[in-house]
Amino acid sequence: MAVYRPPVLPPSEITPQEIWLDRRRLLAGALAAGLLGSGQARAAPLEAAKGGYDPGEPLTPQKDVTSYNNFYEFGSGKSDPARNSGPFRPEPWTLEVGGLVAKPRTFDLDALRGLGLEERVYRMRCVEAWSMVIPWVGFSISALLDQVEPLASAKYVAFETVVRPEEMSGQRGAFQPLDWPYVEGLRLDEARHPLAILALGLYGETLPNQNGAPVRLVVPWKYGFKGAKSLVKITLTEEEPPSTWNILAPHEYGFYANVNPEVDHPRWSQASERRIGAGGFFGSDRRPTLSFNGYAGEVASLYAGMDLRAKY
Amino acid sequence: MTAPSPRAAAAQRPRRLPVWPLYLVGLTPALWGFYLGATNQLGADPVKSFEHMLGLWAVRFLILTLAVTPLRETTGINLIRWRRALGLLCFWFALFHFTAYLLLDLRALQLQDAGPILADIAKRPFLLLGFAAFVMLVPLAVTSGSWAIRRLGSGWGKLHRLIYPAAVCGAIHLLLAAKTLRLEEAVYLLALILLLLWRLIPRARRRTLFARAGKA
Repeated sequence: MAVYRPPVLPPSEITPQEIWLDRRRLLAGALAAGLLGSGQARAAPLEAAKGGYDPGEPLTPQKDVTSYNNFYEFGSGKSDPARNSGPFRPEPWTLEVGGLVAKPRTFDLDALRGLGLEERVYRMRCVEAWSMVIPWVGFSISALLDQVEPLASAKYVAFETVVRPEEMSGQRGAFQPLDWPYVEGLRLDEARHPLAILALGLYGETLPNQNGAPVRLVVPWKYGFKGAKSLVKITLTEEEPPSTWNILAPHEYGFYANVNPEVDHPRWSQASERRIGAGGFFGSDRRPTLSFNGYAGEVASLYAGMDLRAKY
Repeated sequence: MTAPSPRAAAAQRPRRLPVWPLYLVGLTPALWGFYLGATNQLGADPVKSFEHMLGLWAVRFLILTLAVTPLRETTGINLIRWRRALGLLCFWFALFHFTAYLLLDLRALQLQDAGPILADIAKRPFLLLGFAAFVMLVPLAVTSGSWAIRRLGSGWGKLHRLIYPAAVCGAIHLLLAAKTLRLEEAVYLLALILLLLWRLIPRARRRTLFARAGKA
């Protein structure tokens, strides 16, 4: 009768604790240094509760969200940001919030993460007539503004992107289409709208560099260029702040930049859009563009009585 | 340069280059791009990438076509035997570009009602200019054969001056296509402008300017 004999492991075979602990440390170090995996190695998990916002449309695949970007600080081609943003260091980071506020304050990333992270699935409509559906992780701008207590005189919120030519190849060299820093702005009531968020992540991970790490603006009812990336400064102002594309071509890009199928870009139509990530040639998905990118029910009242053709 | 005249004369003679490899190599980007797009390897927005790539190749071949004469006049290098192929490649890529726009981007075959789309196109100078450039290339491609050249006689040269307005329309189309002008497109635009300005210099003046390289 066979008797079960537990395998006897000689003590000499046992891996010393310091060695296996060391292996873990090595792996962790390699992960932190971005040696393992590809471009997204530095993305760390960023868990957040579902925020209840979901258009119920198929998500744009993560590889498309992170490889097809407009982020001119890293170059003007769609694949440039993913290719060129490796040297960018999004940590440590500080975001300065000031201007017409009672309590100006500089936030680090831990402080920002403490402002109530939620997952929000939003449509993203680029002014170039393509669109995505992206699961962001972020917090409402209102939560941030509550911390600094805007003064009654504050009417607008100005956003400013980092300038680091040594890490951002698009900010170096002779051929630069835009002036830096990239600046954007919202009316205070727009920034206070519950749909307007600052995102720290997407797809349950911290933002990849090419998507605007470590913190960016997301305003789903406006064209994508309003979503300034890698924010270093938020300033409350009394006057309408400048915005980068509006400075470059005021007749093509307005301050409001609300998604509007009835107001065309002077050179192309905004009536329809191509959904990114629908597959090769034969899966290509052209669909009608929705008023306020489908968020008219939530935000149209912000613009009651305003001529949306004049204030494009 | 002070090249002796027999050598200069030799340079002036058309190069004995076979033409068919040019067609083969020239059409490769279209086939390769179509394969990549059909198998979903052209990135996140394959239709746009393919469309853009085809348009850029049409521009590149247009530049090469327009460069044949100035090259001969300035350096004596004579690539006239390749000019028809270069011009036809420009036409083919323009045709592919237009077809990709219609069938892949607009999905023209699946449209129930083309009315709104046509109305929209009519409002866009950028699209109309591209279309005009393509339409002007059609008679040039049709009359590119030796038979048409013999048949049309001196009219052939007059007809083929259509390449200049086609190039102007194509250049403006390229300029208006993107949100901002990128370095590559800027270089193409500059090349087109210089090649078109070249034609504004009277031929006799061009000859005296580059007499050393030309007749010597």
